[in-house]
Order: sequence, then C-alpha cells, then structure tokens
Amino acid sequence: MNRSLENAKKTTSLASQIQAATGIALHHCYQCGKCAAGCPVADTMDLPSCQVLRLLQYESPEFDRQVLQSEAIWLCLSCETCHTRCPQDIGTPKVMNFLRGEAMRLRLAHPRSKDTQAFHHAFLGSVGRHGRLYEIGMLMGYKLRTGHLLKDMALGSKLHEKGKLNLLPHAIEDKAALKRLFKQTLNNPDSKE
Amino acid sequence: MRIGYYPGCSLKSSAREYEESVRALCAALDLELVEIPDWNCCGASSAHVMSADLALGLRTRNLAQAEAAGLDEVLTPCAACFSHLAEARMELADNPNKRQEVADFIGLPYSGRVRVLNVLAVLDRYRDRIAAKVKNPFRYKVACYYGCLLVRPPEVVQFDRPENPQSMDRLLEAVGAKPIPWACKTECCGASFSVTRTDVVANLSGRIVADAVKRNAAAIVVACPMCQSNLDLRRPEINQQLEQEHGIPVLYITQALGLALGIDPQQLGLQRHLVPVELPEPEPEVVTADDDDDDD
Repeated sequence: MNRSLENAKKTTSLASQIQAATGIALHHCYQCGKCAAGCPVADTMDLPSCQVLRLLQYESPEFDRQVLQSEAIWLCLSCETCHTRCPQDIGTPKVMNFLRGEAMRLRLAHPRSKDTQAFHHAFLGSVGRHGRLYEIGMLMGYKLRTGHLLKDMALGSKLHEKGKLNLLPHAIEDKAALKRLFKQTLNNPDSKE
Repeated sequence: MRIGYYPGCSLKSSAREYEESVRALCAALDLELVEIPDWNCCGASSAHVMSADLALGLRTRNLAQAEAAGLDEVLTPCAACFSHLAEARMELADNPNKRQEVADFIGLPYSGRVRVLNVLAVLDRYRDRIAAKVKNPFRYKVACYYGCLLVRPPEVVQFDRPENPQSMDRLLEAVGAKPIPWACKTECCGASFSVTRTDVVANLSGRIVADAVKRNAAAIVVACPMCQSNLDLRRPEINQQLEQEHGIPVLYITQALGLALGIDPQQLGLQRHLVPVELPEPEPEVVTADDDDDDD
C-alpha cells in the first residue's frame, strides 16, 4: 500500500487512538474467540467482542463506524472475564469504554443506548454536584432524561421503608476541588477512554 | 489494630446493612476503622466512559486523602470501589508523569503508598480469631458468590484465584458453614445495569439464583453491594424470569460471620433485606475424629 496513505490511516483509525489512549495493541489479537466464548452477554450482542476487535484491526473508516454504531459496545458489563482469559492480555472492557465515549462524542451511539447514556449523565451530574452519589437526585435526573417516570417507583418506596434511601444528599466538604477536577478533565482533549 | 476505611456511596445508602455489618464485625475483632476524611465517589461505572482522567482523578483523590491522614492500608468493602481504587494505584505506580498530572488535577500530593484491600483479604488475616469467637456455628450449606471485580482482572486485584477463588469458602468454613461446589462463583450478576437494563440483570442473576437453589444452598453469600442488590432487590424480576418463587436469602459475608459470632441480627442490618433472611434448620454437626474430645 502507498506509504503516506497507510500512515494517514494509522493516525486516525480507532485502533491507533485506542493504542495512544490505553496502550492496548489490538493487532495482538489472533482471533481465538475465547473472549466471546466466556462473555455473559455475547448472545445478546450484534457484534461479539472478538468481531469488534477484528473489525478494528482493519483500521478502515467503514468498519470503525460499524463498531461505533453497534449495540454491542453498550452491552459490555466490564465483568473482565474476557480480559482475564485472553491469551494476549487484551483489556477488552477498556476498549469498549473508549468506544462508548467515542460513539457519544461523534453522535453515532446506537439508539438503544439512550437510557445508558442518560444514566451516565445523571450519575456524573450527581457526583459533580455533591462529590458523592445522591441516589434520589440521580434517579430523578435519569427519569427526566428518559421519560421512565414510573419505573421502579414501588421499589423506591420499599427501599425508603427499609432505610436504604437518603432523602437528602451527603455532600463532601471540598466541593470546590471536585468542581475543578471535573472542569479540567472533561475539557481535556487527551482524556478519552 | 487500625486500618483505613473507604465506604463508598452505596454503603451509606442502598447497602447500609453492609456498612453496619462491616462495622459490627470489625468491632468484634478489635479492628478500628478510620474513615478516609472527606472521601468522594470513585466514579463507579460512569466516570470512565466520559473521561479516563476524570475517573483517575476521582479514584486517586481518595488515596491521596488516605495518605494525608497517615494511613497505609484502606479497607474497601464495595468490590467495584475496591477494583477502581486498586486500578488507579496500579496505573500510577510506574508512571511518575501521570502521577504528577493527576496530583495537579486533584490539588493534593500523591505518592502511591496506600494499599487497597477488599473485605475478604482483610478478614482472611483474622480467620483464626473469627474461628475462636464462634458462638452460633453457621451450619448451613452456602453458595459463596464472588462475582467479578473481587477476583478480576488478576493484575489489578492481586488476590485469590480468578476462576475458582477460595478465600470466602475458607472464612465460612471457619465458622462451621459448608460451601457448596457450584457453577456460578465468579459469573457476572449484571452489575451496573440494574436501572437501565433490568432485563439483562434478571437473566444473569437468574442463572446464579437457580444454580444455588438447585444445589440446595441455604443462602448465597456475597462481598459486593452491586451483587447483593441485583440478587436481592431484583428478586421479583429474577423470579419472573425463572417462572419460580425462589426465596433464598443473599447475605453479606460480614453478616454471615457476624451471626456466627453471636452479633445481634438487627445490628447486622438483616431487617433491611428485601428477600427476608429466613434460614432453615442448621445442618447436623459432623463429628470428626479430630473434634471428638470437644463433642462429648
């Protein structure tokens, strides 16, 4: 292949971005399939983990896009079974995390990931405000974003009965430090995983 | 003995009984817990999706606060928090540049001195003391459920065996329990999908509950608030998925050991479970040649 074309491809492909951000070298994968064999949600994925890795190895814009648009990257539970069993020690959950971030940034995320995205936003909103998770606030934020207003209402009241829900947030003292951390890291262009 | 303590968010709310039982058990073992001053959320399953640096900063700030408080070790009962703090420590261990960058983000010095320990690792040190203090032997068949993040990935957790761990089995044996051999010791319960993909949780947790029941366990024992809440709070969805009514209780390891040590069930927070903690008649005591003398 033409050398300059090859270089251009390598700097922009997801595989090269993943290597830069996480140190994970996807070309080490030789497609043994052990990751997908042990994956608890492989049967629900449109692309099993080994196929995600295979598509990324091509470093083609078309396949990269296919991966970012897949639902599979949103179904990974980060249970680390694949990573633990990988003969090449590829940290697939970290790769999936990176892909989720990119899919959101490029607005390519699978439509069925909407709730999961809303959950992450609501969760971080709560942690950013209080420094710790305020479950009621987070769940209200999630419900408003998703429209699932009634889901788990009965569960919520049972939890309250059992003394397992705090009505008010327990904030940390140094909220300014947390605000600074959020501001610096969420604006940092190198900060992707 | 004193040890640093990072409770994490769930132990202060939805997993309150975990914190209650950790504190009650540690008090019984004369282990003083020093809560990390002004600790913050570890970022859980969300921070690292938005920004690797944010996740690293949130995790490291807790370790830096522990250092500032003069602590060398931090007990982290939540398996997810444990995994996240241990991972941050590992990531920064060989990377002084990154360590400096994160220290700047959080505005605190960080040297990497503090070790992060999960609840099983800490209790394992006290196994003899626990065995010596047993008042009500916990003579039940138990399904020791480790889940994911206590044992995986091995280079992060540096603990036990990833596929067939033993530490919880040993602890429960020490108080008279009989851990069953079963297929789901380290299967995933559905983790943080409880709210967003309850269907996935019902499916995965359903397999775990069904296997424990099939092998006649009287209780599932866990060391992670996510595992406990998926198996306990999501039991209606699990039973619906399995089309059966399974009432097997899900105890924290600290609750099971606490009961064996004769600690008041209320103090261990047993009343906070949604699946009622009702244990069957204890198994008959097995008399072996070794303890013939004690069992006259």
